[in-house]
Amino acid sequence: MHTLTNGLGAYAGPVALAGEGPVTAVTASGITAYAWLLVALPALGAAILLVGGKRTNAFGPLLATLLSWGSFVVGLLVVISMAGRADADRAAHLHLFSWINVGSFNLDAGQRLDPLSMAFVLLITFVGSLIHVYSLGYMKDDPDKRKFFAYLNLFVAAMLLLVTADSYLLLYVGWEGVGLASWLLIGFWNDNPAYATAANKAFIANRVGDLGLSVAIMIMFFQFGHVDFASVDAGAANASPGALTAMGLFLLLGACGKSAQFPLQSWLGDAMAGPTPVSALIHAATMVTAGVYLVVRSHAIFEGSPTAQLVVVIVGAITLLFGAVVGCAKDDMKKALAASTMSQIGYMMLAAGLGPVGYVFAIFHLLTHGFFKAGMFLGAGSVMHGMNDQVNMRRFGGLRTVMTITWATFMMGWLAILGVPPFAGYWSKDKIIEAAFIGEGWRPWVFGLAALIGAGITAFYMSRLFFMTFHGKKRWTEDIHHPHESPLTMTIPMMVLAFGSVVLGAILGFGQTSLLQSWLNPVFGITAGTEGEPVLPANLLLGLTLVLVLAGAGLAWVRYVRDVVPEIAPHGNLVTQAARNDLYQDAVNEGALMRPGIHLTRSLVFTDTRGIDGAASGLGALVIGASTRLRKLQNGYVRSYALTMLAGVVIILGAVWVMQ
Amino acid sequence: MNQFPWLTLMGLVPLVGAIVVWVLPAGLAPRAKQIALGFSLVTLALTVAAALTFSPHSTAQFQLVEQHQWIPQFGVSYALGVDGIALALILMATILTPICLLAAWHDLPGEEGTSREKNYFALMLVLETFMVGVFAATDVFLFYVFFEAMLIPVYFLIGQYGGQRRQAAAVKFLVFSLAGGLIMLAAVIGLYTQGPGGVDGFLVQKLTGLHLSESTGRLLFLGFFIAFAVKAPMFPVHTWLPDAATEAKPATAVLLVGVLDKVGTYGMIRFCLQLFPEASKWATPVVIVLAVISVLYGALLAIGQTDIMRLISYTSISHFGFIVLGIFAMTTTGGAGATLYMVNHGFTTAALFLFAAMLVNRRGSKRIEDFGGWQRVTPLLAGSFLVAGLSGLALPGLGAFIAEFLTLVGTFQRYQVAAVIATIGIILAALYILLMFKKMMTGPKPDLAKGTPDLGAREKWVVVPLIALFLVLGFYPKPVMDIINPAIRTTLGYVGVTDPASVVTVADPAQPTTGVTK
Repeated sequence: MHTLTNGLGAYAGPVALAGEGPVTAVTASGITAYAWLLVALPALGAAILLVGGKRTNAFGPLLATLLSWGSFVVGLLVVISMAGRADADRAAHLHLFSWINVGSFNLDAGQRLDPLSMAFVLLITFVGSLIHVYSLGYMKDDPDKRKFFAYLNLFVAAMLLLVTADSYLLLYVGWEGVGLASWLLIGFWNDNPAYATAANKAFIANRVGDLGLSVAIMIMFFQFGHVDFASVDAGAANASPGALTAMGLFLLLGACGKSAQFPLQSWLGDAMAGPTPVSALIHAATMVTAGVYLVVRSHAIFEGSPTAQLVVVIVGAITLLFGAVVGCAKDDMKKALAASTMSQIGYMMLAAGLGPVGYVFAIFHLLTHGFFKAGMFLGAGSVMHGMNDQVNMRRFGGLRTVMTITWATFMMGWLAILGVPPFAGYWSKDKIIEAAFIGEGWRPWVFGLAALIGAGITAFYMSRLFFMTFHGKKRWTEDIHHPHESPLTMTIPMMVLAFGSVVLGAILGFGQTSLLQSWLNPVFGITAGTEGEPVLPANLLLGLTLVLVLAGAGLAWVRYVRDVVPEIAPHGNLVTQAARNDLYQDAVNEGALMRPGIHLTRSLVFTDTRGIDGAASGLGALVIGASTRLRKLQNGYVRSYALTMLAGVVIILGAVWVMQ
Repeated sequence: MNQFPWLTLMGLVPLVGAIVVWVLPAGLAPRAKQIALGFSLVTLALTVAAALTFSPHSTAQFQLVEQHQWIPQFGVSYALGVDGIALALILMATILTPICLLAAWHDLPGEEGTSREKNYFALMLVLETFMVGVFAATDVFLFYVFFEAMLIPVYFLIGQYGGQRRQAAAVKFLVFSLAGGLIMLAAVIGLYTQGPGGVDGFLVQKLTGLHLSESTGRLLFLGFFIAFAVKAPMFPVHTWLPDAATEAKPATAVLLVGVLDKVGTYGMIRFCLQLFPEASKWATPVVIVLAVISVLYGALLAIGQTDIMRLISYTSISHFGFIVLGIFAMTTTGGAGATLYMVNHGFTTAALFLFAAMLVNRRGSKRIEDFGGWQRVTPLLAGSFLVAGLSGLALPGLGAFIAEFLTLVGTFQRYQVAAVIATIGIILAALYILLMFKKMMTGPKPDLAKGTPDLGAREKWVVVPLIALFLVLGFYPKPVMDIINPAIRTTLGYVGVTDPASVVTVADPAQPTTGVTK
């Protein structure tokens, strides 16, 4: 009994723990104490729309949009109050409720509101709300519009939970929550079986990643006895390099699933089955960048393991080239953009793996990319909207004249992703290229060159996309397509994002210590001046980058504006064919996993019924006897058998009684 | 020692209900199900009331204790009592019974008001009595009696009311169960001979902490363990389950898989670990391996099924693998996770079986390929089925996730490789649920006769409580955890194991070091 008393003594521990510390101080902090509304508002919207059913058809979409903007306002107020405090006091912790307290596993649900999470909150709520507005127009005539907005709100809620959670386990709730929303939205038109398959593919590839995140959390608990960020950060300093490497690699596996990084990248292209606003929000601007957030948030772990960091950089480098190559060969406008997203996240991942020198740039590029890529996806949606849902760029061309706003806003995004000064991408991507050239030995040369070459390929495929769609000769006919500009509900969000694509880089990145650096550095404990020098002079790198970008864009101009674009894709050489087939990623997955899996499952089903069950079935047959002869007797037989059994129990009881 | 006889009452009310329903005069026979439901709701109310008197801070292992001599010459007592584990399972059983009765409302079309229908509902109430008894028994022999007695109503429920191959399935179920039960009977008697004897020599308390010789302890352990492994069921003694669960009426399948099978895993905690600590540790490597095999094997088999009910049955084999893993990890986290898993699995399985049955009733087929596009036919039902499926794949935010995660993390503390391999189960779970959902619900709307109804009012009473339970247990499982924590600690105290310390010591109030908001 002593153990029990002791156990109860220990059991009181965590309760006391939850009561002390800054938890009580938060209520005094005004708006930050209401940060739970960030998650609660859109979650409420999703609940009302889903539970309310058809009754909410009329006002549901508008309500969902307003609640999303409500989250943005809360986020903005929190950031304003945060900016008013000294650097060291900006990180806030909000205790929510006692969540799990079993055995030695004690964890409260809470939110960590620091400059890093708030940067994400602003991106998610601002771009997310704009896309809600856009969807009011884009999904106007869809019979399931209400469900669409419910899922969008569900996504925003889960994504905000992901970035504001104060522990890895609560993050995991948001992590799979966005996965669910993504699954629901990719398969939104799952009357088409191919779309349903695409949704499943995304969820299952993500679950492979989630295995990594789960195991990483298990290792954390094993190592530190806690899984909240604060404890893990504190414990990482004393953990063995081996443990940190294991945690880092499993976290990376999770990040690869969510962020479509090599080797779990295959789902993102298919995910374009979802309505285009979804592609813009979830599969470009926010959810797919969660992997970068995870790596940056876990910087204490990665900094303790150079091996894990190296693998992060390698994954980033491979993916940025992989996506760029695939992007060059896609004729489906959305799939080309998806390949580009993969590639750009590769840049972020690479930066995140570089250590303190890269964190801020990873987040910087993530933010600017969120704007310009979402803007371009919305532009693609606008084109599809005006072109009878056509996505094949070989059927576009010359749309500049009929969709002027779409063309102009798309151009801002195009210039931003190319990294043309002073557009947003110039500030963020060039910094990553520069950072990739920092270091010793072979690494800066390999990773730096990968990033540099990637910039050139990016310029080619994005210019190809832009020219094929908006310039050159028209390859559509008025009778099949009636190209027209989209309504204001759609074009205004595009204009806002285009504006961001122009100015956001300069706003966040200008100056010796930029606004974003001074905002984020305290999170990583970085003081100014810790960056190293690149192995080539920064100005030379900038020059080289611009030359490559010009070359890429120029080549695209020659091939897709000057030359005639064939309406049927030419056969292409081996490289083109490979790129068109996503470098055979699906063939590899099918050969290595799917077919063996199906074979294994089939043979197991066979053995289970014939082999393992054999003995039992034989036994059963013995008891039952030949069924034909006994069929007449069956009713009586069941009763007699049951009676025999009852009698058996009674006899056993009786025998026991007699034997006493 | 004797307090208000809550447990006896909880067992007695459904039994009285069964008798009332059984002897109902012909004029009242059409009201049999309402009466049965009433009795089950009274039982639920009693259970909730009893649970409210339960204190998580008691120092005694069992509460709500009752003890009377039954066969003193042989040391058998009528002894009841619950710890947090047993209480949680009884609560689960008494919540599920009215839900199952509601779901079974029209299980016998064309036989309304017949004595066959009366007996159907009476049998379910009898089963409830035994379910309360088996979890509440604190006398090993009494437990055995309930353990075997449960077979009788289940046997009739499958054999009399099941599908086309009901006889074969019922017999198979019986053969497996009786074989396991016989081995256990030998062990029960053998255990008594090793104990102190006397008029109450079968009490769990008297048989805990015995000094058994190594071989005796191990043999007795095996006697209990084999019976529980069949009951749970674990690979390779699982093959009775898919047949029984598929042939039984869905409500029966729920009580069979959701509650009765828990007796196996519950027995492992209460009897294997508590009575035979040394033998349990000795057997752990084998059990862990079998549990991991069950997790993966059940999941792979589920993926390969073409019959929806069989698919759900195989998911349970996978889930029972997780539960056994958590139990034999012998950490407080794993044990609590396993117990939570038992509760959550009860509700998840109920939702899967019952919602699937609603679909099967509408379509008239259990074959997955006979569906397709059904979210356009019955959107609410399809959505509910999706939520049940998501609970089946342990989506975070739903109760099953916390249970599964704690089970794995508790296992990882001792058996890293086993935990990581078992985690592959989460990928397979996504496969078996989502592939099934795709085949049944997505695709173009099928050409069906018009007028396939969506969820009706009665069906909503089945659906809503289950989904509410998923969410409550997902976000605020604290009340359940509070009552099972001390029970797990006590049990592991008997085994004599303590949790491994974390590798790196992190100052405890680390939670809110992220800065102070002033």
